[in-house]
Amino acid sequence: MGLSADEWTAIWLSLKIAVVATTASLPFGIFISYALARWEFPGKIFINGLIHMPLVLPPVVTGFILLIVLGRKGIIGSYLAEIGIVFSFRWTGAAVAAAVMGFPLMVRAMRLSFESIDQRLENAAGTLGANPIATFFLVSLPLAVPGIIVGVILAFAKSLGEFGATITFVSNIPGETQTIAAAIYTYTQVPGGDENAIRLTLISAGLALLTLLISELVQKRAEKRLALQA
Amino acid sequence: MIDVDVTLTVGTFTLSVAFRNDHGLTALFGQSGSGKSLTLSLLSGLRRPDRGHIVVDGQVLVDTQKKVFIPPYRRRIGVVFQDSYLFPHFSVRQNLLFGRWFAPRDADRVDFDAVVDTLGIGPLLNRQPQRLSGGERQRVAIGRALLSCPHLLLFDEPLAALDHARKLEILPLIEKLRDEFDIPMIYVSHAMDEVVRLARFVVLLENGNVKTIGTPEQVFGQAATQITLSRLERSSIVTMEVGARDERYDLTPLRHPSGTIWLMSFPGKIGDKVHVLINAIDVAISIEKPAGLSMQNMLQGTIGDIHREGAAVMIEIRLKGEGKIFAMISQRAFDQLQLDMGKPVFALMKSTALDEEKASLVYPNIL
Repeated sequence: MGLSADEWTAIWLSLKIAVVATTASLPFGIFISYALARWEFPGKIFINGLIHMPLVLPPVVTGFILLIVLGRKGIIGSYLAEIGIVFSFRWTGAAVAAAVMGFPLMVRAMRLSFESIDQRLENAAGTLGANPIATFFLVSLPLAVPGIIVGVILAFAKSLGEFGATITFVSNIPGETQTIAAAIYTYTQVPGGDENAIRLTLISAGLALLTLLISELVQKRAEKRLALQA
Repeated sequence: MIDVDVTLTVGTFTLSVAFRNDHGLTALFGQSGSGKSLTLSLLSGLRRPDRGHIVVDGQVLVDTQKKVFIPPYRRRIGVVFQDSYLFPHFSVRQNLLFGRWFAPRDADRVDFDAVVDTLGIGPLLNRQPQRLSGGERQRVAIGRALLSCPHLLLFDEPLAALDHARKLEILPLIEKLRDEFDIPMIYVSHAMDEVVRLARFVVLLENGNVKTIGTPEQVFGQAATQITLSRLERSSIVTMEVGARDERYDLTPLRHPSGTIWLMSFPGKIGDKVHVLINAIDVAISIEKPAGLSMQNMLQGTIGDIHREGAAVMIEIRLKGEGKIFAMISQRAFDQLQLDMGKPVFALMKSTALDEEKASLVYPNIL
């Protein structure tokens, strides 16, 4: 297709960021979804609201908040910088932004999935001697797999296309933080860049479609395997 | 040994239950809303009592005074639920072995093959629970609870969701487990026939309180208990002795000082003592010895207590010898026969109303 080196880099970077963002947020996503679905604790509404903020805030605002908190001179970022962890203007920062933006989507799907599990199945595991941790890993988690897959796919797709928060937090540096979305934006800003922009747009659409297709297949299989109790 | 003495208030409902049983199967009997399920959730540890204690085999599971509360997963109480709650993502075999992974190494191991054999679930081992029928699922659920090597086995209306045929298939299995595996059991039910068949010790609950405790004969022999049941369910238990079978008609006589009942296709041996469950609506009354009637079964007695309920009357007939039998008749029949307390009568019933399921061998008397 004759993609330029910069374009290949953008695609590779987008995938890398999306994979890292999704993988890193998965354990937290599962834990928080389960906690929100099953436990009552003080501050539950607050935590739920906080997680969902990126969904309703303008992405630029989320990006800016990340800059204030995790930037090199940020509230937490300055301490992290002292021990050598820097997010701003790095691809890792882009992954953080993508994870934050994808997190509410991930949690929503997984929480629904945990909530739909009949609690009496978990009680049954308890009467058979399984402690809460064993019950979680042997009963709740496997039964929530279809929802977990949906959550992962949604978060992955969101990470792949994240633009506003990313560009605000880590800018648009080719080879470091320039994802497909950022590259398209750049091409649309220069004369004669339309052709490149269209090429990347098609690739972006293709990736999104592929993601959806895979999710559909995997979910169908998982659901068939469980075919939840009649 | 089971020692329960608990109270718990949930909303406007107050449960206050106390009973002890040293051996075998305890039946918790009561209508819905009597507090059976709440009692079970206290036993299994899903709820905490406001006050009281539960002790099983010397192990204190709850004691509010001593501030002891053992969480469900450390109680080792197996529960068979009404809807089996098998794990849909595990095969039958994995479901059966689930509890075993958590049983302590020094636990009295319940033999896997023995349980599978007794329950007849060998051919199902590699199937998924979704592909089982209701009866099969319940058998697997019983096996799963049993194989977790419990100190106590709870049955929470295990047959309520099954049709009649499935019910008759599972009941004998529970009887077998009761006799073959030395595990105390608590059986919760609102079906009198199940309780009479399985238990020698019945705790009758009503509105959250224990109303009566005793043998099925004692508990269900009281008119006060009977009127809490729906009209179709009211039945009496008569203890009878098996006589010599009439091969030609496949009828077996069950003898009682007050008369004989002929049962069709009954497998009992001569001399066996059996409980016969006789539905009150299946009993007809005659004031003189009837002739020219197809009803072949006749028990003699005198009228005891009378309970009027609108157009119907429930009569208690004291049988010659011992025991009593309840009959439901219409108010008009009652008036026309001029029945009254102390009047001698004949209680009649059809053999076909008393099939095999209505008679069960007397469980060795333990009380």
